[in-house]
Amino acid sequence: MAAKHTLSVLVENKPGVLARVSGLFSRRGFNIDSLAVGETEHAEISRITIVVDAEQQPLEQVTKQLNKLINVLKIVELEPAASVQRELLLVKVRADRPIRSQVLETVQLFRARVVDVAPDALTIEATGTSEKLEALLRDLEPFGIKEMVQSGRVAIGRGSRSITAAPALRSAA
Amino acid sequence: MTRPTPEALAQRAAAHRTATPSAPPAPVQMTGAQSLVKSLEALGVEVMFGIPGGAILPAYDPIFDSTVRHILVRHEQGAGHAATGYAQATGKVGVCIATSGPGATNLVTPIADAYMDSVPIVAITGQVARPAIGTDAFQEADIQGITLPITKHNFLIRSGDDIPQVLAEAFHLASTGRPGPVLVDIPKDVLTNQTSFAWPPVLDLPGYRPTLHPHGKQIREAARLIGTAKRPVLYVGGGVLKAQATEALMELAELTGAPVVTTLMARGAFPDSHPQHLGMPGMHGTVAAVYALQRSDLLITLGARFDDRVTGKLESFAPDAQIIHADIDPAEIGKNRAVDVPIVGDAQHVITELVTALAGTEEAAQQRLKDWWTQLDQMRDTYPLGYEEPSDGTLAPQYVIERIGAIAGPDAIYVAGVGQHQMWASQFIKYEKPNTWLNSGGAGTMGYAVPAAMGAKVGQPGTVVWAIDGDGCFQMTNQELATCALEGIPIKVAVINNGNLGMVRQWQTLFYGERYSNTDLGTHKHRIPDFVKLAEALGCIGLRCETAADVDKTIAAAMEINDAPVVVEFVVGKDAMVWPMVAAGTGNDEIMFARGVRPIFDEDDL
Repeated sequence: MAAKHTLSVLVENKPGVLARVSGLFSRRGFNIDSLAVGETEHAEISRITIVVDAEQQPLEQVTKQLNKLINVLKIVELEPAASVQRELLLVKVRADRPIRSQVLETVQLFRARVVDVAPDALTIEATGTSEKLEALLRDLEPFGIKEMVQSGRVAIGRGSRSITAAPALRSAA
Repeated sequence: MTRPTPEALAQRAAAHRTATPSAPPAPVQMTGAQSLVKSLEALGVEVMFGIPGGAILPAYDPIFDSTVRHILVRHEQGAGHAATGYAQATGKVGVCIATSGPGATNLVTPIADAYMDSVPIVAITGQVARPAIGTDAFQEADIQGITLPITKHNFLIRSGDDIPQVLAEAFHLASTGRPGPVLVDIPKDVLTNQTSFAWPPVLDLPGYRPTLHPHGKQIREAARLIGTAKRPVLYVGGGVLKAQATEALMELAELTGAPVVTTLMARGAFPDSHPQHLGMPGMHGTVAAVYALQRSDLLITLGARFDDRVTGKLESFAPDAQIIHADIDPAEIGKNRAVDVPIVGDAQHVITELVTALAGTEEAAQQRLKDWWTQLDQMRDTYPLGYEEPSDGTLAPQYVIERIGAIAGPDAIYVAGVGQHQMWASQFIKYEKPNTWLNSGGAGTMGYAVPAAMGAKVGQPGTVVWAIDGDGCFQMTNQELATCALEGIPIKVAVINNGNLGMVRQWQTLFYGERYSNTDLGTHKHRIPDFVKLAEALGCIGLRCETAADVDKTIAAAMEINDAPVVVEFVVGKDAMVWPMVAAGTGNDEIMFARGVRPIFDEDDL
């Protein structure tokens, strides 16, 4: 059965690497649910977190295909139970005087933050798992969502081990 | 012509890497263009195929003085296929070079072709100057973006200082692991600017670590299955040729006593004359080869990839077989067919280690496989490869191709286009040696034959090279015959002229109710073009043959000419069809031996 998998892909920090990775997914017929790219503690290595909806066999195939990309250094699947996975949400909610206190109550309940205030609207920032952000949105919906933007998921394994520390990463080809 | 072993290549790369830091080569000042040509010389390049143009022009000035031979082709597609033909005939990296924009995009087809067939080529393209990139400048094309899905890797050089390293990396990537095309795009100002050149460069490919040596546990497991299988088949693909593992394959085959099938990309990897060889499997394979796969209990898959043209409908392919799958590319294993014993490694190492693991099992295998061979021999005797003489008295194309093979012999190199003539050339020429059969297998690129034959002849000048082409294919790339005539590349081309796009017409006959939509090329009816005149116009000798009686002497006449390219037009019947055939989308069990003749795969035998 298809399920969401979170892949951490360590790549060389070179121009065009993101196009290589995302292009591979589309041409091999895999759907990306979310994608986030950023730097790592090593200047020459970037980290791409990809959430892909796939069954086990296709997931194995896409992982092997990713591994064939010359600029890909390492791929690790992060299991939800053994990792911290977060997304960031910014949402602009209608909040004129009569309902403002109710909106603020919801914000507090979800430990979200108000980052911008206008006479008839509040902009709220929240981080968390996709389940938490979905729940927050569900509760805010009745007030009227004017605009929202959401980041791709980022994830890191629990415990002291580091996937970027492995000696294989910089060993010569 | 010796090819480097995987180890030699790895050592060469290691030598690049560990270039003693205590004595760094003194950098020399020169232009980027000079650095490019110096790098190609340092990499041992003998020849490149290309056409100059604006953005690549700075490189052509040092090329003028270089030890690297440059062959000026007539179309960049010809340069790409010539590089492929050269690489396939020699095992070395083929090199092609073109300018930006349309020059580069004309290389797209041969690059895709080389990607599908895992051929080591390096394509060098000029790019507009760095400040102009992204402005839709004259002759600008994002060739790096365009070739992303059809190269093993590609580079856009951003600084002249990177030229030696990138070129060394490109050659290393193209020729090691699973080989493939690599493109290097170089902006014009990078070529004209001053830079420093130092050799050897240090390779920096931390994410590239091909596995050459198989896992001992998997070899033992494979040997165990081979030791008990009652109906094993050695399913051999092009990877065996790329790994130069044909001698090891012979040992393994004779040790196991198992039947061998060679895919379209592996023709020549095992001698056709060997009694254990059942021929080619797949859509137009022999009945015996297809039967063997379908009834097998163990496929020993070596450097093959379960292509749809081999498996037919995947669900009904080799239903009773356990699968050993050895490939240097881990992504091939389990891609199309679930595998029981996966082996990642170079075919040379895999086969050698299997031979060691199976030592002494020869006699037991002979006993165990007796019944299997009885069935296979029966299939082979009942359904041999063959063809019927056309009832309308026209010349049989199969006969022509068979005679070329018989007269030119097993030392010649045969290069086919794509279509009926390609299938007949794979069926009716007997291949005895590796790298004597070149064709466009994965991509199916019409127009491949003439330029690829040109490249093969440049790589193996002492060998007779026959292009077996169709009248459709030939009209796509025959302008390279002018190149052959002027550069002294005396290839021989057999144009199997059936007046039509023959394979398409065959499908129209079988599946579209004989409605021949746009397949008549007029090469019979109107004799346009006149292939003999065309050959002469391109500086070649033109011959024509229209009757079976003339076939041998015409081929002999062509064989006599060694100082010019020869084109022989064989006017053949239009109705000949390629048999056997597994129709697209059907299972291998539904193979047709001839029109309306379905072999009986007797279930009771099993």
